[in-house]
Amino acid sequence: MASLPDNPDALYGDVIMEHYRSPRHRRRLERPDAEAEEFNPFCGDRANLQLQLAKAASKVAVIAGVSAVAEGCSIIQASASLLADGVHGRTVDEASDLSQLFRDLMQGKPLPPVALEELGELSALEVVRQYPVRVKCALLPWVALEEGLRRLNRR
Amino acid sequence: MTTVINTPGIPGRDGSGHPHGLDVIDPHRIRQDFPILRQEVNGKPLVYLDNAATTQKPQAVIDAISNYYLHNNANVHRGVHTLSQRATDDYEAGREAVRRFINAPDANEVIYVRGTTEGLNLVASSYGRRYFKAGDEVIITGMEHHSNIVPWQILGKEIGIRLRVVPFNDDGELLMDQYETMLNDRTRMVSVVHQSNALGTVNPIPEMVELAHARGIHVMVDAAQSVPHMPVDVQALGADFLTFSGHKMYGPTGIGALWGRAELLDDMPPYQSGGEMIRSVTFEETIYNTLPHKFEAGTPDIAGAIGLGAAVEYLESIGMERIAAYEQALLRYGTEKLRDIEGVRLIGTAEEKGGVLSFHMEAAHPHDIGTILDAEGVAVRTGHHCAQPVMARYGIPATVRASLAFYNTTDDIDALVKAIDRVIEVFG
Ligand SMILES: Cc1ncc(COP(=O)(O)O)c(C=O)c1O
Repeated sequence: MASLPDNPDALYGDVIMEHYRSPRHRRRLERPDAEAEEFNPFCGDRANLQLQLAKAASKVAVIAGVSAVAEGCSIIQASASLLADGVHGRTVDEASDLSQLFRDLMQGKPLPPVALEELGELSALEVVRQYPVRVKCALLPWVALEEGLRRLNRR
Repeated sequence: MTTVINTPGIPGRDGSGHPHGLDVIDPHRIRQDFPILRQEVNGKPLVYLDNAATTQKPQAVIDAISNYYLHNNANVHRGVHTLSQRATDDYEAGREAVRRFINAPDANEVIYVRGTTEGLNLVASSYGRRYFKAGDEVIITGMEHHSNIVPWQILGKEIGIRLRVVPFNDDGELLMDQYETMLNDRTRMVSVVHQSNALGTVNPIPEMVELAHARGIHVMVDAAQSVPHMPVDVQALGADFLTFSGHKMYGPTGIGALWGRAELLDDMPPYQSGGEMIRSVTFEETIYNTLPHKFEAGTPDIAGAIGLGAAVEYLESIGMERIAAYEQALLRYGTEKLRDIEGVRLIGTAEEKGGVLSFHMEAAHPHDIGTILDAEGVAVRTGHHCAQPVMARYGIPATVRASLAFYNTTDDIDALVKAIDRVIEVFG
């Protein structure tokens, strides 16, 4: 089992605290193309995601609007905010890939440098892996994202 | 060691500046009995404050269990050989110890179960199916553990009984006038928690029993959190059924006891069926065994029962009066300390309460608090404590709960307070 890092506050680094205190993309969308919500009954954590597509001329549609609202601890809130930043402007397929990468990160799969680069600020959540009971907090918004993407694909 | 016993619930201070009662037990001597407490967690001495979830085990309990497996292991009530006789004697000695501990009139009224959950399910299922009919009502309280809600709900769906819930005030005290008006001709059972695991409230069982019995209604008591922390006398309480778990009273997991009045248990159908609970079987007919075996189908948790007996003897050697007085004093110490921290809101402030410090902080979610406390070596429970209706009552998703045992010290409380200060540094 992973032991805790020497600095017990490692979990609460700048990026996580910044996104926890000022989460991005919380404003609700007026006409979302898909919406999905996940709930963890054990702790009351909740994540709700809205997605909106826009198609530039002769191009694949991209996620032009995203709203992520999470209730719960710092980790779920930071994760939701970073997720929203991360998928904004991506195609559905790219967002799916990002989600898979993030899961790999949380499951401790070794990632090549280009993958870490792809994750960008999201890689700040890697520290959560050292607190196994908190991994599900970080993943909850992503479960909602995956459901939202499935709904977009089914349209 | 002094023999003075202070009355629980009466605040006061001695010359040392500590509340009265802390001197009735020497926790440092007690801690010698609990090997697990001698360890570091995350580089800090372990501060174990999750006793309402489960308690640690003294050496005497660990030894009793290993002694059974090392020397006496055999099935009970089955063989004439020496080991079987020894195992049976020790298994039944555990039952007698439990009887004595709760002052039950007869050891045959003590049924071994897996724990409180099974005790509650047994009564709901066996008593409920026997006596309830559509339209009947069962009264519980708003502070029940899920295990005293769901079995009745399931019966409700099957038979059509209605669950009535006694509300409580902001301090976590039952509204007794509402309880009184809920009792009516349709009420078939009152099932109530003695001490709330989420709030610490100690409910007025004798008063509730008296009101119920005046109408001929039976009362079941969930004593999971009371039996380990105060003297519990089933005859003084007046209840009809009472159940508790071994693992919350310094004994092993997987064992507990249900006590019930013989005349009620005799009349109830078996809960499970198989070996041990049978007197004679032909393919046409089965004659059930007498109490308590009627309710103990199959090979029981023999080692668990022996461990439970050892836990009872260990607690008796210290004395439940003293344990209660000490934990009350520690609770007062902790309550004062936590009240002094700005941003900490205590959830559960009943006049009569046991060693539970449940709290909420606006600045940080319970998960975050739990993680920081763990990094400081402080083990607490965060979550809804299997009492979601209680959380809903206070409009919060979860609390942080520090729960006390007599091996805890004022140093443990101070470590908790220091760890909460860290939370405020990070999140404040
Ligand atoms: C008040 C109360 N009732 C019932 C239970 C269930 O006990 P067990 O899980 O040992 O069956 C608990 C334990 O959490 C409890 O605190």
